[in-house]
Amino acid sequence: MRFWLGTAIAAAALATVAGTVKYEYFFFAGYTVLMFVVLATAWNILGGYAGYVNFGTPAFFGLGAYTAAVLYKATALPLALQIAAAATMAGLLGLAAGLLTLRLRGIFFAIATIALVVIMETVFINWRYAGGATGLQLLRPAPIPPFESYTKMLFVVMGVMAIAAVAIARYIERSWVGRGLRAIRDSEEAAEANGVPTLRLKVFACVVSGALMGAAGAPMPMYLSFIEPASTFNLNYAVGALASPMIGGTAHWAGPVIGAMLLASLQQIVTVTVSNEINVLLVGVLLVIFIVAAPEGIIGLAQKLRRKLASRRKAAR
Amino acid sequence: MGMFWELLPEAILFGILLGGFYAAVSMGLSVSFGLLDVPNVAHPAIMVFGSYCTYLLAQQGLDPIVAGVLLMPPFFLLGMAVYRFYYEAFERRGAEAGVRGIAFFFGVALIIEVGLILAFGVDQRMVEAAYVGVAASVGEIRIPLRMLVAFGVAVVLTVALTLYMSRTFTGRAIKAVAQDEPALRLMGADPVRIKQWAFGIATGVSALAGAMLIIVGPVEPALDRVYIGRTFAVVVLAGLGSMTGTVAAGLILGISESIVLMQFGASWAPAVSFALLLAVLGFRPQGLFGR
Amino acid sequence: MTALLQVNNVSKRFGGFTALDGVSVSIAPGERFGLIGPNGSGKTTLINCVSGLLWNDSGSIHFDGREISRLPAYKRTRGGIARTFQVPRPFSSMPVLENLLVPCQYVVQAGEAEARSLAMDILGRIGLAGKADTPSNQLSQVELRKLELARAMAARPRLLISDEAMAGLAGAEVDEVLGILFKLNESGITIIMIEHIMQAVMRFSQRVICLDAGRIICEGTPKDIVANLDVQRAYLGA
Repeated sequence: MRFWLGTAIAAAALATVAGTVKYEYFFFAGYTVLMFVVLATAWNILGGYAGYVNFGTPAFFGLGAYTAAVLYKATALPLALQIAAAATMAGLLGLAAGLLTLRLRGIFFAIATIALVVIMETVFINWRYAGGATGLQLLRPAPIPPFESYTKMLFVVMGVMAIAAVAIARYIERSWVGRGLRAIRDSEEAAEANGVPTLRLKVFACVVSGALMGAAGAPMPMYLSFIEPASTFNLNYAVGALASPMIGGTAHWAGPVIGAMLLASLQQIVTVTVSNEINVLLVGVLLVIFIVAAPEGIIGLAQKLRRKLASRRKAAR
Repeated sequence: MGMFWELLPEAILFGILLGGFYAAVSMGLSVSFGLLDVPNVAHPAIMVFGSYCTYLLAQQGLDPIVAGVLLMPPFFLLGMAVYRFYYEAFERRGAEAGVRGIAFFFGVALIIEVGLILAFGVDQRMVEAAYVGVAASVGEIRIPLRMLVAFGVAVVLTVALTLYMSRTFTGRAIKAVAQDEPALRLMGADPVRIKQWAFGIATGVSALAGAMLIIVGPVEPALDRVYIGRTFAVVVLAGLGSMTGTVAAGLILGISESIVLMQFGASWAPAVSFALLLAVLGFRPQGLFGR
Repeated sequence: MTALLQVNNVSKRFGGFTALDGVSVSIAPGERFGLIGPNGSGKTTLINCVSGLLWNDSGSIHFDGREISRLPAYKRTRGGIARTFQVPRPFSSMPVLENLLVPCQYVVQAGEAEARSLAMDILGRIGLAGKADTPSNQLSQVELRKLELARAMAARPRLLISDEAMAGLAGAEVDEVLGILFKLNESGITIIMIEHIMQAVMRFSQRVICLDAGRIICEGTPKDIVANLDVQRAYLGA
């Protein structure tokens, strides 16, 4: 109940912001923050719940973006269908990659996902129709009313996707599927011995996670009116998708949301005021500090603090 | 097609030299990941760090190979420290080392890469030496001397490491640690200290590998990304922890890359190692020489 | 009567090391069966092959008349084979009760509410009801062993394999766990007990086999086994 109330408030906030804020740059920056919320939430379904590290976010994201761009170039497909097609393609990539490597230990899956990024990038560099290494200019269509600007429309679309992604992640987390994924993370052998079809669940998580990443990539070509391989398959997406849940907390759906809001805002500020390198360095240092010192993330720290306060209150009485 | 057969001998020869070099840069990972089971995705980043250290020493007039050898002891100590930290933070606490261990080394790689960008910029750097930029001729085939030098160092490194692993007490203890820790306790050795030592060796070897990296070609901070594919492809294809396997796998990768380079051009070459890696993981995860 | 579990000529190698070398065992429904042998003799490998965590290289395994040796482990558990682990493997991110919900949902296919009441019932029977909400990484050694057993019970097995469920327990605790296993057996569950505590196996089992270096070196009633010189040699190394 509280969650649906929260969802309603988030949706209302989204509508209010879209209706009142006048700065175009706000939507431009806000889009990126929301996109990282989707990516981090998607990453956490496999990485956080099941414990399989995915370095391949750019592969899924980029495949989604290119699917949308190529379809738009070929048939001027509407955005909603671009997103659906992107999610399908990235989900299929997740299925193939999952079936191929999720039988193996986590580290092998992690390396395989790095391979996916390079292979995807190489394929699109060499595909002329999609613009090759130099990229593809795309002409935006007119925004659909009531939106007066395309960027604002994309901001709202990404906001809706963020809410949907969080709802999906939360549903999985609370259901028997999420319990099975946690069992896999805790002990794969014990999970299997207790009736959990481990491979099937991992592949399922990989497909859902990949599809959401692909969906998050779909509006990107329209957002930039441009697409090219190097920035589309950029490591930054892998870093953001992985670091946000690790810093926010992987056990709870709110962890990746908090982490992504924090890191994406940090990125907006530091990249503009100092440099992108300093931003990546900060994220790297934060990531290592949290992994070592606060493995439960910000959520875990908050819970610990709450427990401490509760026990102190009890002692005071 | 006639063209293909005409160029094939040169491609294979170049592939063998390249392969020896790939085997050498994978040796450290073969020890740290293959034998010790540490998810060291920062291995290539540490190696590129070694390249930049070599660059700095070469600026002072030192020969790059000598610089690489001089860098081995400090890198050895660095490796010991890194392993100690990893052990205290993760392995010791057991179970959940998986995700966190991988993410930790990923973070370390990221910090090294960005650190290098901040210190040196994104431009490529290279070293000068008598054998850089000169070519030797074998019949009609011209071979860059720097490739021969790197190949030579690779051979020496491989032989030395293989001998160390099979002939010395510590070397055998490292192998024992990989297979069966109780057996090691019977030998009267502390597995953590052995692993720490072995990780030190793996990192020390990476310094020399880094020197060869910058001899073979110009280096940039993000170069570690391509080498994640190459080194892991070699180590997995070899069968975890097998030294002879590492040489064979390096040659296979080198020759494949060289042929793809000749036939399809440079834009496809980076994908070769990753495609090979995916194929091995999907169809023969125990590698060529694994159990 | 047909056997519940029929292991036929099963072998398993790891590289050059032969862990199991043509092992055949037949276990009747309702039997209390003991499996002993020195460290590294292949006991755990054998039950890993039966429960599906490993696949045997050759030979066959029939459960309830059905060949199962190529089924994934989770299907064997659903088919009625449950096991505990020698080194307890709790789902450490979950509280005690939730550990049991996994088999209740995935094996018994109960809904959330039904699974909770099933799990609570088992915790009560094994004496862990008071710890239902305790995080499982805060349990003592005895409690961990009990949790292993409780989780296996929650899968409603017809065959329960107990892999050293009493290792590291003191006298009274051993009796307690033995009592639980006897009760389960009375309710019709066939039990294979792997144990180092000879006294416990001998008291519990109707029939015992002894493995050494991957082969069965003797088989019989507890009395026969105790009298058998080969077993003494295997254990004492004399």
